[in-house]
Amino acid sequence: MDIHEYQAKKILAGFGVAVPRGGIVYSPENAENKARELGGSKWVVKAQIHSGARGKAGGIIVCNSELEVAQATDKLLGKKLVTNQTGPDGKIVNRVYIEEATDIKKELYLGLVFDRSSESIMVVASTEGGMSVEEISKQKPETIIRSKIEVAVGMQQFQAREIAFGLGIEPKLISRMAEAITGCYRAFSELDATMVEVNPLVISNQEQILALDCKMSFDNNALFRRNQISELRDKTQENASEVYASDRGLNYVSLDGNIGNIINGAGLAMASMDMIKLAGGEPANFLDVGGGATPEKIVKAFKLISMDKKVKVILVNIFAGINRCDWVAEGIVQALQKIEIKVPLVIRLAGTNVEKGNKILKESKINYIEANTLEDAANKAVKALGK
Amino acid sequence: MSILIDKSTKILIQGFTGKMGTFHAQEMIKYGSNVVGGVTPGKGGSKHLDLPVFNTVKEAVETTGASASILFVPPAFAADSAMEAADAGIKTCVAIVDGIPSHDMIRIKRYMRRYSRIQKMTLIGPNCAGVISPGKAMLGIMPGHIYKEGKVGIIGRSGTLGYEAAQQMKNLGIGISTSVGIGGDPINGSSFKDILEKFEEDKETDAVLMIGEIGGPQEVAAGEFAKENMKKPVIAYIAGLTAPKGRVMGHAGAIVSAYGESAVEKVELLKECGVTISKNPSVMGETVKSVIIKK
Repeated sequence: MDIHEYQAKKILAGFGVAVPRGGIVYSPENAENKARELGGSKWVVKAQIHSGARGKAGGIIVCNSELEVAQATDKLLGKKLVTNQTGPDGKIVNRVYIEEATDIKKELYLGLVFDRSSESIMVVASTEGGMSVEEISKQKPETIIRSKIEVAVGMQQFQAREIAFGLGIEPKLISRMAEAITGCYRAFSELDATMVEVNPLVISNQEQILALDCKMSFDNNALFRRNQISELRDKTQENASEVYASDRGLNYVSLDGNIGNIINGAGLAMASMDMIKLAGGEPANFLDVGGGATPEKIVKAFKLISMDKKVKVILVNIFAGINRCDWVAEGIVQALQKIEIKVPLVIRLAGTNVEKGNKILKESKINYIEANTLEDAANKAVKALGK
Repeated sequence: MSILIDKSTKILIQGFTGKMGTFHAQEMIKYGSNVVGGVTPGKGGSKHLDLPVFNTVKEAVETTGASASILFVPPAFAADSAMEAADAGIKTCVAIVDGIPSHDMIRIKRYMRRYSRIQKMTLIGPNCAGVISPGKAMLGIMPGHIYKEGKVGIIGRSGTLGYEAAQQMKNLGIGISTSVGIGGDPINGSSFKDILEKFEEDKETDAVLMIGEIGGPQEVAAGEFAKENMKKPVIAYIAGLTAPKGRVMGHAGAIVSAYGESAVEKVELLKECGVTISKNPSVMGETVKSVIIKK
């Protein structure tokens, strides 16, 4: 789960990482007041969407008067911002963050992620803040510092100091920098985060060390014990169909093609999509109804796919194990009595009691194309597109 | 022979008296697995499915001599149960459950470092279908009848895609020594490489099929291990050719975040290691067959 910049800043501040003063606003009047309250003569108005690279998309505006702050807020609220991370549809701005401007002396990069090979937490830092980590690793790979943290004992002070010295920080600022790095580590490890990225982490002309922009993501599997984090979820930033699906216990990812999929198991779903591609088609989605493929889940899956206007053919591929094919077939028949499907439907059943399952489908009144193997199913789905 | 489990392996069910534990214990017993009892804290001393229930794994191991266990406990308690099994001297533990936090998985693995290589428990999963040695024993939730007894090892992340492979192989008359589901999570108990090592040592496994997917470094690490250390041929299929970068595809671990983690890149890197690639998921069985015949 992703959260907004302002939420991440509030969390990090709680772990001793300094952040510029600011506040969230929902209207231009609100914004003007907030700017006045913060004081000073320069502010930054920042669109809150779940995406980086907001600056290039016009989502970050520097203002020199309270009036400008109000105007910038007016311009951003309700707007859809398209960045290189949002996809072509962009993301809507419902909240705007007003922050005091910072006099930047130096911009640094600091990121924390899981390292899957060593199964530890990896800190990545660079002197080239402001660029994305992908850009840094392409253009200035020599500036990247990596440090693996042993989670059983946590980050040691010397490790934080090593990173700070590695970034070429002046000696008098080292301990403050080490504190900021340690704070980010503690937030990561104590809140079940999967990513913390402070970019840029800046040294100001007043010699403060400030998290100027930050992103945090959390482990969905751990939200059950992180109530304060799960409350930060903003569904307006997620794909509407994906929210609909996750609320109903389905694993769904919306894609650009026109063959809709209903499959049990994530691996089999990816494999079926691969077959569609090899047969010359493009999948409209990834949809895993779970290994069990219960009738309830199948009904929900048909509902979800039938809402997708791109879909011109639906491919159902279920490998039934302990949930037998006859039971799955009954589920499909029930689903199709409730939901009208106007596009061609290809069904492939496999596994336990496959003959019984196919017999139930044939004897029902549903209109479908039967397929036997993965390959057969993909070919028939692509062929049905032409009809 | 087979790896991890065989006919005589004594099995405990952790979370025995719950709905899932009860159902799958019955399925395992029907298949012929030697289930000797179970653990449900607070219900020790009672009987369930005519088998003894214990309060702690330690007590269960002392009384029954069990060496394997399978967890049917909710994700929030799974880490604790796995560590309890390790501490009680269980040698093979399967975690079926989907939804264990990554931080908990790291904690389990760090905890297990206190044991020497010989004493250490092999944790399989989480988020997997378990282990089956066809004709001998099942420590999982798979449909046992689709697996034919034989000499090819399978290691896979996905449950149903593993079933697909087993079925394709059965249709071609190819049998399986052991099939191991290592699960779809980013941090798992055993990696592809860990299981490859066991298959290489197993006298009755002739070849190994790896069924991988996008995300993480494990498939390629296993390919490198095979190149350096294995005499037996390895075949692989990698799912997720069409998966977009940066999106989680169902399995928490199925996300491309670095070079070498996409399906195309993994296939290239595995080919360089001498692994035979199954071009698509409908020819996994045929590809295994072509490799065994050549051998």
